[in-house]
Amino acid sequence: MDKAIGNAEIRSWLLGLIISILLIPVSAYAQTQKTVTGTVIDETGEPLIGATVKVVGEPIGASTDFDGHYVLKIPTTAKQLAFSYVGYDNLIVDITSDVIDVTMRPNSEVLDEIVVIGYGVRKKDDLTGSVSTVSEKDFNKGMISSPEELVNGKIAGVQIVNGGGSPTSGSTIRVRGGASLNASNDPLIVLDGVPMEVGGSVSGSGNFLSLINPNDIESMTILKDASSTAIYGSRASNGVIIITTKKGKGDGIKVSFQTTNSLSTKTKTSDMLSTNEFIGIVNELGTDRQKSLLGNSRTNWNDLIYQTAFGTDNNLSVSGRAASWLPFRVSAGAYYQDGILKTDNAKRFTGNLNLTPSFFRDELRFQFSLKGTYSKNRFADTDAIWGGATLNPTIPVYSGNDSFGGYNEAVDANGIPVTGALANALGRLNQYKSTSDVYRVIGNIDVDWSIRWVKGLRLHATGGYDWSKGEGTIVVPKEAVSYYTTGGRNYTYGPQKNYNKLLTLYANYNRDFNAINSNIDITFGYDYQYWKYTTPFYAVLNADGVQQSTSAATDQRHSLISYYGRLNYTFMNRYLLTATVRRDGSSRFSKDNRWGTFPSVALAWRVSQENFFEPLRGWINDLKLRASYGVTGQQDGITNYGYIPVYTPGLDGAQYLFGGNPVYTYRPEAYNPDLKWETTKSWNYGIDLALLENRFTFSADFYTRKTENLLATVPVPAGTNFDKLMLENVGNVDSKGLELALTAHLIDNKDWSWNVTANAAWQRVRIKNLTLTPGAPSPDTEVGPWIDAYQMQVFSTNYAPYSFYLYKQLYDQETGRPIEGLYADLDGDGQITNNDRYHCHSPAPDWILGLSTSLRYKKWTLSTSLRANLGGYIFNGMAMNTGAWETMSYNDYQLNNLNRSFLDTRFQRRQFLSDYYLENASFLKMDNLQLMYDFGQVYKSLNLHVSAMVQNVFTLTKYKGVDPETGNGVDTAVYPRPRTYSVTFGLNF
Amino acid sequence: MKKLNILFGFLLGLGLLLGSCTGDLDQMPVTETTSNDVYSQPENYKKVLAKIYASYVLAGQGQGGDNGDLTTINGQDFSRGYFNLQEAATDEVANTWLSGNNLVDLTYINWSSKDSWVSDSYYWLFFNITLCNEFLRNCSDGAIANFSPTEQSEIRAYRSEARFMRAFSYWMVLDLYRKGPQVDENTPVTGFIPEAYDGVGLFDFIENELKSLVAEGSDASLPDTNEYGRASKPTAWALLARLYLNSAVYRGSVDTKYYTECITACHKVISNPSFHLEPDYAKLFNADNHKRTHEILFAMVCDATTSVTWGGGTYLVCGSCGNSSSQDPAKYGLTNGWGMFRARGEIVEKFGDVSNTLDSRAMFYTDGQEQYFSGPIDNQSEGYFFEKFSNLTDDGVAASNSAATGCSTDYPLIRLADVYLMAAEALLRGGSGISRGEALNLVNQVRLRAYNNDESGKISDADLTLDFILDERGRELYLESIRRTDLVRFGKFTSDSYIWQWKGGVLDGRSVNERYNIYPIPDTDLTANPNLSNPLY
Repeated sequence: MDKAIGNAEIRSWLLGLIISILLIPVSAYAQTQKTVTGTVIDETGEPLIGATVKVVGEPIGASTDFDGHYVLKIPTTAKQLAFSYVGYDNLIVDITSDVIDVTMRPNSEVLDEIVVIGYGVRKKDDLTGSVSTVSEKDFNKGMISSPEELVNGKIAGVQIVNGGGSPTSGSTIRVRGGASLNASNDPLIVLDGVPMEVGGSVSGSGNFLSLINPNDIESMTILKDASSTAIYGSRASNGVIIITTKKGKGDGIKVSFQTTNSLSTKTKTSDMLSTNEFIGIVNELGTDRQKSLLGNSRTNWNDLIYQTAFGTDNNLSVSGRAASWLPFRVSAGAYYQDGILKTDNAKRFTGNLNLTPSFFRDELRFQFSLKGTYSKNRFADTDAIWGGATLNPTIPVYSGNDSFGGYNEAVDANGIPVTGALANALGRLNQYKSTSDVYRVIGNIDVDWSIRWVKGLRLHATGGYDWSKGEGTIVVPKEAVSYYTTGGRNYTYGPQKNYNKLLTLYANYNRDFNAINSNIDITFGYDYQYWKYTTPFYAVLNADGVQQSTSAATDQRHSLISYYGRLNYTFMNRYLLTATVRRDGSSRFSKDNRWGTFPSVALAWRVSQENFFEPLRGWINDLKLRASYGVTGQQDGITNYGYIPVYTPGLDGAQYLFGGNPVYTYRPEAYNPDLKWETTKSWNYGIDLALLENRFTFSADFYTRKTENLLATVPVPAGTNFDKLMLENVGNVDSKGLELALTAHLIDNKDWSWNVTANAAWQRVRIKNLTLTPGAPSPDTEVGPWIDAYQMQVFSTNYAPYSFYLYKQLYDQETGRPIEGLYADLDGDGQITNNDRYHCHSPAPDWILGLSTSLRYKKWTLSTSLRANLGGYIFNGMAMNTGAWETMSYNDYQLNNLNRSFLDTRFQRRQFLSDYYLENASFLKMDNLQLMYDFGQVYKSLNLHVSAMVQNVFTLTKYKGVDPETGNGVDTAVYPRPRTYSVTFGLNF
Repeated sequence: MKKLNILFGFLLGLGLLLGSCTGDLDQMPVTETTSNDVYSQPENYKKVLAKIYASYVLAGQGQGGDNGDLTTINGQDFSRGYFNLQEAATDEVANTWLSGNNLVDLTYINWSSKDSWVSDSYYWLFFNITLCNEFLRNCSDGAIANFSPTEQSEIRAYRSEARFMRAFSYWMVLDLYRKGPQVDENTPVTGFIPEAYDGVGLFDFIENELKSLVAEGSDASLPDTNEYGRASKPTAWALLARLYLNSAVYRGSVDTKYYTECITACHKVISNPSFHLEPDYAKLFNADNHKRTHEILFAMVCDATTSVTWGGGTYLVCGSCGNSSSQDPAKYGLTNGWGMFRARGEIVEKFGDVSNTLDSRAMFYTDGQEQYFSGPIDNQSEGYFFEKFSNLTDDGVAASNSAATGCSTDYPLIRLADVYLMAAEALLRGGSGISRGEALNLVNQVRLRAYNNDESGKISDADLTLDFILDERGRELYLESIRRTDLVRFGKFTSDSYIWQWKGGVLDGRSVNERYNIYPIPDTDLTANPNLSNPLY
């Protein structure tokens, strides 16, 4: 019977047949095969893990293991092996023996191919938005006190202005000029996946970013347009800076030590009259009493208060693998910098631990990161800078007696210090001790799990914790002239404690779908973040412990919950689409206004991948066109409880007496229940071009931005709310700009190499509307710094923010000198009133340019970085405030030196609002110039390099003041930026 | 697949768990108190009332104006701005630091709607008005129904004081600006653009409020007496008198019935046995002047320990003392002088020869100083220094370290002597209810006090003219922030019928445009509130 041949038999017969068929090639191979093995290492001698080894012409390949070893069974007819690894040049090697070891060299342009973006990474070729990355090799070198200085001048559209030359001062970072007026203009900083608000700095820390050791940073990525930032939703309107710190990699232990030592000197001080000129002017114009105040000494006050400052920065790092699955990096840094102003000093000790264990062949990856900083600052009394410029140069520094600590001070006939007199500048510095201690710990844990059963699916969780504590002390002795009438100062403030905690969860699905020639990359996730800032109550005490005033305790908390998703779709490897959406809920707004949705979409076309582009591909290896649109929000820099009606209790000293009995008071605060996000809608158009295999790369971006519901502090109708000004969502700001960036490897061979990187950005910001009631006349809201009771800048519709609003000075036809008090009557009413002020320029430069270049000959490298701002203006407040005859004497006991502009103007009274003092602040600065020699291998595995560098080499500008770069456009006794000479030794094992 | 199901289930569960965290988005303030919490405790009502009184002279919730109440241009409290608006342009005060303190335009009567002191004072006044309105909003009968009966009656009494303070602030708005936004406890706090009051509207509102506050037998009226620093019926009568006396200016037309009402109001105060003139004039302006409750009806209370201010009495004492060589600050109980202003020659002239007059009100420091100006107004050796205010206690001891925490001298706003002079003036303007003899007697009581009961101080009936009253008010009330009001009422502030040095910005003085009889509404409020305008500017 046929059925006797059962199913089982048929199955086993089939199986046997299949196996035999399968074995045919094997047996065939077995006959003509051989085994080839080898090790693949990179240019530093480290094994390359996961490199692909393939037989050329055959579908046979393998990957290298943790030691870089591979084993391949290849047919004897095989001729060549191809080695490839992401970021390295492909290598084709003839098969000449059974053991083939190769060394692969990185393709340095291609190393940058992977870019960190929000919640993930992306290849640079696949980016659809405007993103710039600067990695370690391109960072600015030298004495770097804070991370943002690493990239100053390197990125189109990013402007970094530090607050002055003090090592304790911070910087302002602006990406595309900032989109807000009153809400913060600071970008969002994301450190290893943990977003940090710049406003959360602790008292006494100067700059919160400075608590991160710049030597631990591997790369900084700036997200500029809405499509790349929209994934950060409600905080993304001013751009996002993603900082990635160094992790352990490679095999074996690598130790690296670097020490930089420097000396800094002052460059320029205010242009005051020389001692002889001063004596001449006083004798010519002064009263007898004033002439009697001239002395016989020759005191250069600026020489007394400034010093040559020493600084040192030492960093040690150890990285490698504690076990095969546990790469680690440990680093420690010690930084010490004196300021060029005496007694100014910053010390910082940092420690950083990074563990990145991975299991199951990288399916489950963890990252533990712990960063700790202890920073100790001493803040000099910067009021001494004013004294250094204006004190009478003919009086001695010391009085010869013991009063006031021996310093020469102005006293009246009764022996008490004259009210409002200028204190001895050296005494100010030496008799003021303000110190602070800041601790900071940032920890985060990342878990990244590639799900084995669903190819392309990855789950990620991040938990972050950022804690900082700051406290300080202020001591002024009783005999010092400051606080003389109240008995000195001796008190501590703080500890101020800030902490923020974060939980991020997201899932990412990334898969190629070859059938439809597409790649789909979807991410969706959830964020929760919570902040708490507290300061305790403290009392200001004098040297005897008597309470002078008090400061209330504060406790500020807010939280943010978000949901977000992103889709990246690539079709035929040349048509790219990115769409993101984020939904944020913030505790800062009432329930009705709490949630906001921020979508974005971007398209890109890699023209160079098109078939029709084939003939040009020899020249142009990459051409990409990009366009994007997105909506982002802004809610940073505003109060946490602004929508709730709240009362503030009054403290001691602010009570009221009822029948002689003090009663504490309660004050209602202005509140706005309708407060909500500021929304910015932006368009970005860009083009990326790479020529001659990335030898030249060029990119250009043009963007327009409209901000609506601008968070601005505007006047509210009197009689309604509890303040004159209130934060409202009112008004619009429009901006547009153009960014160009160019990188060129002009020469690249064994002995010589020469690179140039240049960037240029043009931007224009205009306020479009600032009134609560539509159709009302636009106010000119005065803003900016005060000099006495005057402000020089305004917010006005159709002008740039912080435009200057001054009188037009008229000049004598013959002498060319300005005529005091004579201004153009611009409204023609025959009188000079406030209506004759006009809008004249703004501090924002039209063009910001940067250029870096590096030239290498064998082991020598010479590099430099330059920066230029064109078209910004600055109000020379120092010249105005010291350039009039009345400023020479404010009391009967002192003379003050005058600014050199007095010789030109001969003003009797200060002309607070004259445009004579408005000067063009365009400049060209050489930020650094460095010469490095790479000794290479000095002893066994020890490499050494040495470099010498000058920072702040020169400044070319027409501005007559100290420094044309100020944050806000008004120059008043700025702390001069030093010139620093430094020598660095770097050792690598 | 099973594993996949577990995975999705896990994610879903996580999502639900996390969704419940949205409750965390309701963050409430920790160190401040929400409005609901404040008004749930009866003792807090007194604290809100205290702020209403304090906001004339304290600039913030911290000592010395720390934690400021209001965004001002000059950074000062209300009293300093009020002093500048009422004194800087007149024949009394010559400011020293003109450009540094933004006082050029005020001094030369050349201000615009952008002037910083005009703006700051305006917003301070309306800050006070909003405080009063907010308080009244929250202490309606319904709102306090849950408290005990004693607590409720206390809070009702506070209500009347808040209404008085609102009327007082609105009176200053009327006197300075002659118009302003209409708000009360029934108008909303946010999203509202108030209508405008004109002079007559403001006058009627204030009159109605004050009349209901002095109504006998009503529980909405003020108490007959109150603690020092707080309002009572006599305070309201005195303010009514002031309102009525200036009615022609405020309403734009003369109606003598108001002068009669003024006399009635004055009588209510004059006949009150608690009040009599303080025999020693100087003691009204020293650090113990809180003891003069028999003459000072209402004042801004300042104290160097509990109510530290750099305005109010502190500004008057410290600002009067020069920081030049010869004056000794210790003579006034000061640690140092600020040298903010000096006297114009004209106010000194009203005392005749100050080196040998018996008028104890002529308190000037003359050593090394010229009486009149020969050049710029800020020449510190021209113009006598005032010595009227001091930081000494009755025992002659400095009350405080003035450089550390200011002075303890209160700043009087309404005094009995003013009421006496108002009654006499109202008669001369055509009011009835007082005889000429009685009016003369009132004026002579003021003068006898000034002359320490020396008969040479008395005047005769023939001397009792309106011009004499204006001069006498200058002698009695100089530096008390009432001079401009008086000059406007007599039609001499802008006109050429009375010229003083540097009036209108020229050394010999000149008349100015009569729009300067009132101050303009600041630019910022014109933009925020289109219902307001400055037709004269």
